[in-house]
Amino acid sequence: MTVRVRVPTPLRKFTNGADEVNGQGGNVRALVEDLDRQFPGIKERICDETGKVRRFVNVYVNGDDIRFLQNLETSLKEGDAISIVPAIAGGA
Amino acid sequence: MSVRLTPEQIERYSRQIMIPDVGGKGQIRLRQGRVLIIGAGGLGSPAAFYLAAAGVGTLGLVDSDRVDLSNLQRQILHSTADLGREKVASAKDKLARLNPEVEILAFPVRLDEKNAADLIAGYDFIVDGSDNFATKFLVNDAAVALGKAFSHAGIVRLQGQTMTVIPGKGACYRCLFKDPPAPGEILNCQQAGILGAIAGTIGSIQATEAIKYLIGMEEELLVDRLLTYDATAMRFHTIEVRRDPRCGACGDNARGERKLRSMA
Repeated sequence: MTVRVRVPTPLRKFTNGADEVNGQGGNVRALVEDLDRQFPGIKERICDETGKVRRFVNVYVNGDDIRFLQNLETSLKEGDAISIVPAIAGGA
Repeated sequence: MSVRLTPEQIERYSRQIMIPDVGGKGQIRLRQGRVLIIGAGGLGSPAAFYLAAAGVGTLGLVDSDRVDLSNLQRQILHSTADLGREKVASAKDKLARLNPEVEILAFPVRLDEKNAADLIAGYDFIVDGSDNFATKFLVNDAAVALGKAFSHAGIVRLQGQTMTVIPGKGACYRCLFKDPPAPGEILNCQQAGILGAIAGTIGSIQATEAIKYLIGMEEELLVDRLLTYDATAMRFHTIEVRRDPRCGACGDNARGERKLRSMA
């Protein structure tokens, strides 16, 4: 099961600069594990030490926030588009 | 304040009055409009310039900082001669020079839990150009509590994001991100850098949202959508944002006022 993942700028240092990568997994949890296998270190930027998605990072499956679906257990199907969107602090 | 436009005003604003969405009526609404800009920095500079140029009647500026040499690469309200001056004073000079008709109120203070409600209460729309999560969440909670529409934005390096919140009509910033990260958990512009033109793009979008709100284009704002700008790949994306019924600021069981009081 291959899905497309849009990578935010701060995480592109893990993906050799790629803004979109392919990943595998039947649900978001499996996808994050697969991404971490391909791009070691990326999981820690998405999930906290307890394994939950960090509170200032949102993950969307086809535009829907996984917090309103089944969080990391949200199932994925071939061709789904995943976006990872972290909050941005700056302004001045 | 006159509700008729003078011939000079019609001339000054002619290029926007001729836009059917604006017209003379929209121009009068801008003239009667009051916008508070939090931060006279990267985002606040372009936003304030365009709002003053467009003839928004009253602009409030909140910033406790002074102009530093490292600001000038992006904070276009300030120039080399302003080094060391209060940012709001420097900004007021520039904006008054651009458009003397605009009333500019300068607040050389830092927005905090104690002054937020008082500062925000007298305005129609808030532009959040602050540079830290604590202030961004405070602006959200105070604006939601007072029912004030506002534009949220964040920028860093070559990226930005922005959304507009109309309390009661859609998601707020806390629906999108529940809580601020711990200080230092995410890099800000001071730590990570920012290209000035990125601030220009996002700050201009914030000014556009403020203008559209004031002239009555409320249905066509960036509400329930987060616009993300990735200048590395040069792409804009929008992400649908949903109001969270359990939101701590605007949710069904957590009234904003209570939230704001609890912060005070």
